[in-house]
Amino acid sequence: MSATEALLRVANIETYYGPIQAIRGVTLDVNQGQIVTVLGANGAGKTTILKTISGVMDPERGQVVFEGKNIAGMKPDRVMREGICHSPEGREVFPFLTVHENLVMGAYSRHDKDEVAHDLEACFGYFPRLKERAHQRAGLLSGGEQQMLAISRALMGKPKLLLLDEPSLGLSPILVTQIFDIVKRINRERGVSILLVEQNAHIALKTADYGYVIEVGRIVMEDECVRLMEKDDIKEFYLGQKEAGVRGRRRWKRKKLWR
Amino acid sequence: MEDAARLLQLVVNGAASGCIYGLIALGFVLIYKATEMINFAQGDILMLGGFVAFTLIATWGLNYWLGAFLAVVITAAFGFALDALVLRRVIGQPQFAVVMLTLGLGFIFRAFAGIVWGYDSVGFETPFTNRTVRLGGVVLGQDNVSIIVGTVILCLVLYLFFNRTRLGIAMQASSQNQLAAYYMGIPVRTIFSLIWAISAGVAAVAGILLSPVSMIDVNMGFLGIKAFAAAVLGGFGSIPGALVGGVIVGIVEQLAGYYLPPGSQDVTSNVVLLAVLILRPEGLFAQNIRKRV
Repeated sequence: MSATEALLRVANIETYYGPIQAIRGVTLDVNQGQIVTVLGANGAGKTTILKTISGVMDPERGQVVFEGKNIAGMKPDRVMREGICHSPEGREVFPFLTVHENLVMGAYSRHDKDEVAHDLEACFGYFPRLKERAHQRAGLLSGGEQQMLAISRALMGKPKLLLLDEPSLGLSPILVTQIFDIVKRINRERGVSILLVEQNAHIALKTADYGYVIEVGRIVMEDECVRLMEKDDIKEFYLGQKEAGVRGRRRWKRKKLWR
Repeated sequence: MEDAARLLQLVVNGAASGCIYGLIALGFVLIYKATEMINFAQGDILMLGGFVAFTLIATWGLNYWLGAFLAVVITAAFGFALDALVLRRVIGQPQFAVVMLTLGLGFIFRAFAGIVWGYDSVGFETPFTNRTVRLGGVVLGQDNVSIIVGTVILCLVLYLFFNRTRLGIAMQASSQNQLAAYYMGIPVRTIFSLIWAISAGVAAVAGILLSPVSMIDVNMGFLGIKAFAAAVLGGFGSIPGALVGGVIVGIVEQLAGYYLPPGSQDVTSNVVLLAVLILRPEGLFAQNIRKRV
């Protein structure tokens, strides 16, 4: 990856919750048209990275460069206007607004009415369920439908870079597959670059092009997803494939190599 | 017949003062829904609105409608500035700090009004003063009727604004989920200041509508306490609830003043409030949706 063509370059960011350091110097790139995933366990700092990029949290040190412009420390509504749309963890839809109103709010910063209407149809095309429920309150949707809405709402902002935080959270396996298929279609058809944060390493590695593995606020491994999937450590600790030892038993004390 | 007419008159008068409570309560609720702050200075903003209208109409001799309109705009601008300069800074502080701050602001507003406009009651001529309207044999004061009509029109305008315009929906969105609103590129801080502006503007309208019925004086802001009861009655956080709560408090008060021994009038709003809190603690119009996981 060359630094010049990266759409987003996060360089050595350190982010704190009060006195607690959540991100300890993370560097990652998202290139134009790529799906990049950040894998990690609970509390590793995945969500914090996304929040730092979208401006909800400010990094103590380091830079967030988007299209050659440092956006670290900008307010979230300004960051969004630069072309980064965030579909947050836990959906965070507006519960008392209808599905349609939620989507219109996604396009709040835009003034190209015709294109907005066009994008609305496109979203309904990706998720026909949302069209059926367009005039229901978002709070009454099922978890899966709310996730579809959260992704569509972010898409309505016409992002150059889409931040997806745990789109698989709380969904049935079949719905997860469907949603990730559409995420891939969005990327291929609309050329939207995607930064995807996931606990479900299996589906994330299948969907993304490039992956980072994060532990306790640090990146411990990065590679093409195809190659990541072949690594023993990833297989053992993230994909849950058990490896039999010489005696036909699982080696229960095996250490991660990056430690 | 005599009794029915009397009752109708009492109800209309009660509904009129109830509308005023309702409008103040509306201001409480709008701000509470958006920022989770309770603005105890709401009644005093009503008082300021009334005084500004008095200056424009009585002192400067402007036309009533023009003066009223300008007074509302000025008060709304004042509400905007109040949030942008003062109250924005206490977001995230303990609830208690906000309560003390708004109570303190109320004191400041009263002192300010006393210095500028004096401590005597004042009033100004309105198109509704001392006129009556006949409704099928019942004689009603135009002042009271104008309050009710004005409130209904204002509510209609606000309803359309909040449900039909992009800015109005963005205000709802920011109230429901501030973080998500930020993610959508909605300038949440400005939106909150605009909500303060609307609340202050509504309070000014209430002050102006009230002026033919009661004089404007420095302490009229204490109406806010009854309006607070109305807001809680409606289930703090519900806009229709605030208005209905206000009207209920107004009518009950009026009827108690006529049928019950003297002195009971001022207590009734609190008695109603207590009854509702015991029987239906979430208020009459609670809005509840659980978050799905």
